[in-house]
Amino acid sequence: MGDQTFSFEKNVETALGDTQLRANFEYAMSTLYQKRKAVFADEAETERLREVGNAVRQRALSKLPELLEKLEKKCIENGIQVHWAETTDEANRIILKIMDDHRATRMVKGKSMVSEEMHLNKFLEEHGKEVMETDLGEYIIQLAGETPSHIIVPAVHKNKDQIAKLFHEKIPGAPYTEKVEELNALARKTLREKFQHADIGLSGVNMAVAETGTLCLVENEGNGRMCTTVPPVHVAVMGLEKVVEKLSDVPPVLRLLTGSATGQIITTYFNMITTPRKPGEKDGPEEVHLVILDNGRSAILKDPELRQTLQCIRCGTCLNHCPVYTRIGGHAYGFVYPGPIGKILTPQMEGLEKTGGIISASSLCNACEEVCPVKIPIPELIRRLRNESYDSKGSVPGHGYKWNLPEVLVWKAWALVNRYPRLNELAMKVGGLFGDRFPKIGPLKQWTRVRTTPRLARHSLHELVKTEGVDHE
Amino acid sequence: MSNTARERIFAKLRPAVAAGQFDIPSPELPPRPEWTPSEKVQKLKTLMEAVRSEVHVVKADAWTDALKALARQRGFKTLLHGPGTQVGDAVKQAWSEGSGGLPALRTYEGAIENYKDTLFHDTDVGITSTLGGIAESGALILWPDAEEPRLMSLIPPIHIAVLDADKIYATFSEAMERMSWSEKMPTNALLISGPSKTADIEMTLAFGVHGPKELIVFILEP
Ligand code: SF4
Repeated sequence: MGDQTFSFEKNVETALGDTQLRANFEYAMSTLYQKRKAVFADEAETERLREVGNAVRQRALSKLPELLEKLEKKCIENGIQVHWAETTDEANRIILKIMDDHRATRMVKGKSMVSEEMHLNKFLEEHGKEVMETDLGEYIIQLAGETPSHIIVPAVHKNKDQIAKLFHEKIPGAPYTEKVEELNALARKTLREKFQHADIGLSGVNMAVAETGTLCLVENEGNGRMCTTVPPVHVAVMGLEKVVEKLSDVPPVLRLLTGSATGQIITTYFNMITTPRKPGEKDGPEEVHLVILDNGRSAILKDPELRQTLQCIRCGTCLNHCPVYTRIGGHAYGFVYPGPIGKILTPQMEGLEKTGGIISASSLCNACEEVCPVKIPIPELIRRLRNESYDSKGSVPGHGYKWNLPEVLVWKAWALVNRYPRLNELAMKVGGLFGDRFPKIGPLKQWTRVRTTPRLARHSLHELVKTEGVDHE
Repeated sequence: MSNTARERIFAKLRPAVAAGQFDIPSPELPPRPEWTPSEKVQKLKTLMEAVRSEVHVVKADAWTDALKALARQRGFKTLLHGPGTQVGDAVKQAWSEGSGGLPALRTYEGAIENYKDTLFHDTDVGITSTLGGIAESGALILWPDAEEPRLMSLIPPIHIAVLDADKIYATFSEAMERMSWSEKMPTNALLISGPSKTADIEMTLAFGVHGPKELIVFILEP
């Protein structure tokens, strides 16, 4: 993940060549697309709801330090222990320490993209801990030794036959079956055992409410409730942007999140956690910890345009609607967050120079912006980041890494030619006469590799009008 | 270490926000639907059935009879209930009036640490009350407590929930406002709309992946 050998272009080639992968994605994405459409059938109402979602998230960001302080204060009052981590490494160490303090060796995990961002599993395993993913999709890819290819349906790149083989090979005593019901039953049996005996449970956070110090979790399977209720200790990890101001902000965001993510009016469970087990209560963790992670988010906040990235509620619908993502899948992006949101988030976290071509991989078709439940203008931010790649005076990490003299000169020349009509005319003439014989090198070679070269007209429109006149208005 | 991390983070956040340039709209929420009590029951029932919950609308004074009939018919073996709650006490009372062919009644004995084995391996059905319902979302509201702990609605393969028809709110926002949630959030508040499910394998829906395989709801009408 994100190592030196990362080549987006290579990954794209491989992904496009994998017909099984493409079929798996195409099917899943069109299903999610249709389901979303069905729950947001009323366009006017959906638009209104999106306005609200956008306002809730913007308001939260505009008061972020104040809200985080309030959240911390409320959590502490409620008996939840709060930890701050500037980097993923700090966050990993905080969690390891909590485990060690309790002599905990077995962790059950609910789905958390922040923990993926931290590479928490690898870190804990290197320190001798057993970490068990319990969301079915996450469990599948953990068995396969892979990473999520989608932020909501992490194992979407795998089909039933591949999972059947995987379970048969990796789960001790598991018979070979391709029946989805039976595969689920196998996972249920294995994981119930893990829930029962785990020393600690980990979860993400979909929203944290500053007003009451409440951690909100959205899920369908019940594994999130297991992880946050059965073990004696619960650790929740969240990116610091996940806070909302008031409890009354929760219902609209919840509606937008479940509708956009899976096309559900509501998920099976909405789990709101405010305190650890109180005296007299019979279950729930005795201790709850909240780890709040920065990892580059505070730097994103300072730019009035780019800070809109932090409005994201990780619904994943921009992935499902993206013509690039639906063809190449999530792994090609090489980092934790794929698709449109990944394109704008990853370069800001990791640096433009490390994330290479991913911000070029957009046709700027605007589909993502049209569906984003909190109205992030993703295409605009992609354009901004593309410019930053060439801008030696930019503000995003790695800005200006693509700056090069020939390209700057070409654009300067283009601007010049378009400013002076005479020059333009001359250029058109030259183009018309020799354009087809331009050598196919550099970007032109790339461009024409899978496309027919357009033929340039001998005479420009300008010339034709002069000689032949205009027939119609 | 975490203290200094906190300071460093806030040192970055404060100037970032102070720089301002926020342009925050304040749109109105979509209007709250105005449904009659029976419309709310219908709406909730339809939505919950669509996600494979089993919903029975019954007369409040006859619901335990309906429960007994169902328990006999399905052959439940053990039923975990919470004495001290209205629902738990009603179950106890009904069972005391004749329990032939009915599941053995269980109570949540002590803390989970000592009750895990029974709960995980030897409990068929858990029955709980609810705080209310949400018509617009098709969901039940639960605030588990000492009498009806959190895991009663999660570990047993079948969860039965009892809901008073007059506690169905139109929307989640309305429920929060009318009950003043922001002043008294409990340890754990839950919305539940159906049995546990997943579509993680080839988008094929399957039920009961971790939590209950069945959710049965009794809506009690006056
Ligand atoms: S950017 Fe918008 S559409 Fe994409 S995951 Fe975030 S909230 Fe969803």
